[in-house]
Order: sequence, then structure tokens, then C-alpha cells
Amino acid sequence: MKVDRTELTWWERLYLPTLLNGFKVTLRHFFSWKRSGVYGDKQKGYAAKTTMQYPEEKWDVPTGYRGAPYLVKDADTKTKCVSCQLCEFVCPPRAIRITPPGDSGVVDREGAEKMPKEFEIDMLRCIYCGFCQEVCPEEAIFLLEDYAITGENREELIYDMEKLLALGGADKRAYDHHVQDGVGEGIKKWETKTREAGEQAKFH
Amino acid sequence: MAAIQTETVVETVTVNVDGRAVEVPRTTPNWQGNPEPTTVLQACKHAGIEIPHYCYHPKLPVSGNCRMCLVHVGMPGRPGPDGKPPINEDGSLKISPMQLPYEPQTPRGVIGCATGIIPGMEIYASSPETREMREAVLESLLINHPLDCPICDQAGECKLQEYSVEHGQPESRFAEVKVHKPKAVDLGPRITLDAERCVMCTRCIRFTADVAGDDALGIVNRGSYNAISTYPGQPFDNNYTLNTVDICPVGALTSDDFRFQMRVWFLKETKSLCTGCGTGCNTVIGSRENRMYRYEPRQNDAVNSDWMCDTGRLDYKWIGRDDRLAKLRWPQGDTTWPSALKEISGHLAEAAEGSVAVVASSRQTNEELFLLNKLAKRYKALTDSVPRKGKADHLLVAGDRNPNTTGAHLIGITTKRVGSKLAAIAKGIESGKITTLIVFGEDVTQHGIDAKLLGKLKMLIVSDILPNATTKKADYLLPGCAHAEKRGTFTNVKGRVQKFTKAFEPPGDAMPEWEVLHELVHNVTGLDGFNSIEGLFNQMSGEVKAFKAAGLTWAGLGDNGADVKL
Repeated sequence: MKVDRTELTWWERLYLPTLLNGFKVTLRHFFSWKRSGVYGDKQKGYAAKTTMQYPEEKWDVPTGYRGAPYLVKDADTKTKCVSCQLCEFVCPPRAIRITPPGDSGVVDREGAEKMPKEFEIDMLRCIYCGFCQEVCPEEAIFLLEDYAITGENREELIYDMEKLLALGGADKRAYDHHVQDGVGEGIKKWETKTREAGEQAKFH
Repeated sequence: MAAIQTETVVETVTVNVDGRAVEVPRTTPNWQGNPEPTTVLQACKHAGIEIPHYCYHPKLPVSGNCRMCLVHVGMPGRPGPDGKPPINEDGSLKISPMQLPYEPQTPRGVIGCATGIIPGMEIYASSPETREMREAVLESLLINHPLDCPICDQAGECKLQEYSVEHGQPESRFAEVKVHKPKAVDLGPRITLDAERCVMCTRCIRFTADVAGDDALGIVNRGSYNAISTYPGQPFDNNYTLNTVDICPVGALTSDDFRFQMRVWFLKETKSLCTGCGTGCNTVIGSRENRMYRYEPRQNDAVNSDWMCDTGRLDYKWIGRDDRLAKLRWPQGDTTWPSALKEISGHLAEAAEGSVAVVASSRQTNEELFLLNKLAKRYKALTDSVPRKGKADHLLVAGDRNPNTTGAHLIGITTKRVGSKLAAIAKGIESGKITTLIVFGEDVTQHGIDAKLLGKLKMLIVSDILPNATTKKADYLLPGCAHAEKRGTFTNVKGRVQKFTKAFEPPGDAMPEWEVLHELVHNVTGLDGFNSIEGLFNQMSGEVKAFKAAGLTWAGLGDNGADVKL
């Protein structure tokens, strides 16, 4: 394909005026006192907006930011993950490693049949793609807001289930999402099922 | 004996599938192998079209209850007084698509699994009418089915999942509360039932009643509450229960052994054999990252049909045991293969005729026994194996619990009476005539050659997989491989030579025995000419009489093996 270049005007061909325009933009930023929204409230008290005292001060990450993937708990602070291993399957860098529970199922809530015996994410391997969050049928894993993952050795950066659940916490976002979807009982769907089954047992 | 295939004339019938004339056999073997009229479903299979089905299974009696295989067909008319069916003006057979009698123009389906074909009939396997029937049946089956694929072991190999993708609705129209049935019911010592997931295909009932011969299962309750059950207080416990898990098209019956162990899409499938007895059932190993998770039967109509016994299926745990021998050991401690093989070869080269004896295991492959026999012949050594006897049953289990006794006999390691020369070997050691003993895969202290006798030997070379009293006394301990970790062949009790392939890596220093033996035989006898299992097998089949007569080659064995004359 051939693209025709637009003919420059006489003023543009002079070159110097464009250069001066560039200087003007730089100087405007340099002397600007207007606050930018990017840094939020963290910036209060500082005159210049272009620098921030990191890591004492951190950004407010924008909505939809993909930070480190953590496991979230339900409203009763019980494990939501059912060890279906879809995230392990979909994970492009194979950062996730799940140990299935075996015949016993090891569950920590009524009505559930299965949860993982161990769940590990290698944070050194994770590429923050968000596939795990997208594929999870139980909405048990979310990419939250942590972006500065540091450690002193490699082992330390393999997060186990206990750590992932503690970091994830009872996620408000997951709960709201359910309510918005009109699922009604929200994330307590196992409870709903147990209740229904109980009612039918009485009917018999 | 080369299998000579005589061309038998097959009577064929021409039917029309999706507008295409297809010639299919008039009869097809039923589940018992007797000829029965070919069905619409089988005719479509010949035409390369898969009709979805749940209750139909080629190795079970047809029951026709799931209705998933409904297809719309067109039939030729009834013959008139002249004995000829009605024809169109152009002389072609007049075909009328089936309709509801009380509602003409509404297409009527027939179940493909139980409707025999008629010459000239038209099968509209992919027509919109057929598709609509399928979608309706599937929607009905899914009404009470729980949406629990994330925790269902069948997910990934579930017919309900597959057909839902192909013929299902994107969303459920069912607004009512689903019927809840018993979950995680302990049906027997090895089976767990989830009644909610069941589609009532009755495959398990028919299998256990007609194939296993134990009429243990049935359907109880009425309407949408019906469920698979055993008689109260009677556990579902025969030696073939786990086959019902394989044939269950959904996740209703699950194996306790495999339950929640691994999702099936992670498992690598390797063609293998069961080593539990002399039958040599064809199997598939499911493994992931050097760990074996399950056996599944692999179809071989000459050996095990589609089935295998529970004992054999669960006989794999020893492969992954923590105490597997993984260190190569010699008198001075740990060593490496090159130095150990050099030392052993050096010692064997000096050994006199008659001073060596070999106790091989009938759990070793044909190739390994062949090489051991080569080594033994060099010294005119006494060789024998160890018998393992059990009770045979009506279906698959053989009385001989060694997978390769026939091979050991054909190759010349044992006589017809396995173990008859063990006493002579013990006597030889006692008298000091035998100074070197080579033991492969057996604990000889259990079979008349006790630890005290072993102490009298100058040299004890032992290869094994798991530690035992003999491996403790070994001067040279060569860690070996389980069948899942190497390639080779077994000869079953009926003389069928079958091969198995490698699923995963052996632990530590362990090496396939045939590789070690090949090196030793080469060093001691100067024999060479093969460096792969294929070459070794072909050389063996040229030298062992029975194998030569059958004209066996590695490639010729295929997946299902070949027969030799006993």
C-alpha cells in the first residue's frame, strides 16, 4: 500500500517553530502546579507532582489492575477453591501447582465435596496475565493489587495455600460481583444447595 | 505360525446415510460375538458418522433407554401383491420419511442402537430434524444434572460434557428447583456413587449382571427420583466393579482409588500391560510427571475384551513406593554403571563352566530372559524361575500369577515345572560347586536358598525393584525398572506375545534390565548386533523356536500382540 505524505506548509518547513513548541510543552510541565489525578491523594503536601516518595508512598492502582493472583475466601471465611485445576491447566508459565485432596476431599465447609490439599503459586514465574481469574468457575482466585513481590530467596516466592488465602482475604469484589449478577444468595451457593436437598428429603 | 487371514465373503446391504450410498455388512457381532442385524448406529459408524449415545456399548446387551441416539430415517414402502416395494416414476425405490401416525408432517425418530437396517433405507443422520431430537433429549437429560464439573472426576472424559458442547443449549430454561439425590454414596469398597449425576443408562447394571455375572445393581424409586442402588446392606463388591466406572458415560460412578487424585486432562496415556497375572490384560497407564495415577483397560478382543479385574487395576502402587531401589551398589558402597558393569564382566569372564547359576523372574520380559539365558548358556548354568499360583476365575484372572511364565518356558529359562531346579541350585551352593549366583527380580530366600546359603557364595549379583532379604545380601545390587518404566514384551498363558511401552522415567540409578544385560552379554560372550529393543526382539524371534515359527517381529506385534503356538 502506498501512503501519500501530506505536503508541509511553508511555516512547518521552517522547522524552528515546531522545536519551540516542544520546549513550550516541557516548560509548561516543569512549572505546572496543577495536580494530576494519577497519584491521587498521596501527592498532597508536595509541590512538584512528578515525583513520589516510593516505597513509603505508593500509587493508587487503577481499577482492573492486574497484580499478584491470590486466593479469596467466601463470606464465612471458608475456602472457595474446589481444586478443579483449571487455572493450573490454563497458566501459560506453569506457575500454579495444585495438589488434589485425594479420596477424602478435605473440606472446611458444609456441603462442599472438595478443596485443594495444597495450592502453590510461583510468583517468580507468574506473568500476571489473569487467565487463572478468567477461567476460575468458583471465582476463587483474583489478581489483586500487589505488584511489588519481593523475597530473599526463590523458595520464599513460592506462595503456599495458607499464604495465598491470608493475602487474598474475604474478597469484597467477588461478593459484590455475585450480588450484582442477581444470584441472590451470592457466594453462599453451597449453602443454597444443601438447604434445597434438605427440603426435598423432608418431602419424601 | 503366521496368522493366515482367510477372506470370508461378507454379505452387505446398501443404505443411504446423509444422501450418500454406503455399503455395510448385513450382520454385526453383538456383545457376545454372535451375528445380529447391523443397526442404524453401526451403519452410520461405517459411514464415518458418530451418532451420540449413552446406554449403547458394543460389549453390552442393547437396552435402548437413553434415547440419545434418536435419528430420523426414511423407509422403503411395504412390498405390494407382486412382492416388490413401491417405486417412484423414475424406477427408484420409494422412500417415505418416518412421521408420527397421528400427526403427519411431524418427523418421528428411531433409536439408532436398536433399529436394524433395511436395504435401501435412508438415514438422515445430520438433518435438522435429527439434530432437534438430539437437542431435546439432551436438554431433558440435563434437567436435574448438577453443574458440578469442577469437582467431578469424569470432567474431561464425560460424554455429557462432550455432547453438551455439540448439541446442548447455551443456557438452561429450567426455572424450577433441581431434584437432589444422594451424593457420595459408598456403593462398595471401591466405588462411590453420585446419584445426581446419573443419566440412568443402566450400563453398570447390565455389565455387572451379564458380563461379571453378579446381579448386584438395580434402579430404585420412581420418576425423576430414581437412582442406581444395591440391595440394602449388600455392598457392590466383586472383582470387576471398577469396570463400571470406565463404562459410566458420566461421573456418577467414580473409583475410590482415583477419586480426587488428578484431573484427567493432565494424564499422559501410555499403552501398557497388566502384570497381575498370566492373562496380560491390555491397559492404558495414566501418568503425570513420573507418577502413575491409574490403569484403564484397553480393548483387545483376543485377550481381555474391554475389561480388566479390580485386583489387576489396583496393582500399580508398588511402582511409586518410596523404598524403591534407586542406588547402584557394589561391595565398596555406591558406584556408577560403567564401573559396576566392568567389574561384573571381569568377574564373569573368569568364572568356570558350571560355577554359575541364574534365578530369573517370570515377571521379567521376554527380551531380558532371552539375554539371561544367553549368559547362562555360556556357563552351562542351572537356570530357573519362581512359580506363583492363585485361583483362576470365570472371566479374566488366570491361575498363574506371573505375567511371563510362558515366555520363560519358551525361551528356556524354566522347564514346564517352574521352580523344579531351585533345589538343585541350593544343593550346588551348599556343595560349593556354584560360586556365583545371578538373581533377577526374585527374593530367593523365600524359595529354598536362605541367607546362610547366600553367604557361602563368592559373588551374588542381584537386580530388583524393591528391597528384600536377597537384595540385602547382594554383592552387586543393580536397581531395575518396573514395566511402566521400560519397553519389552510378555507372553501370556495362552501364548500371545504382547508389547508394552514406557510411561515415565525410573528413579535414581535404575536402568532397564535389558540394557544392563545386553552390556554384560556383550562383554562376556562377545555377542552383539542390536542396540535397541526392536533389534533385540527381532534377534530373539529369530533364535527362539516358538517365536521363529510364528514369524514375530517387533513391528508386527502392533498394539494387540500376536499368537505363538505352545
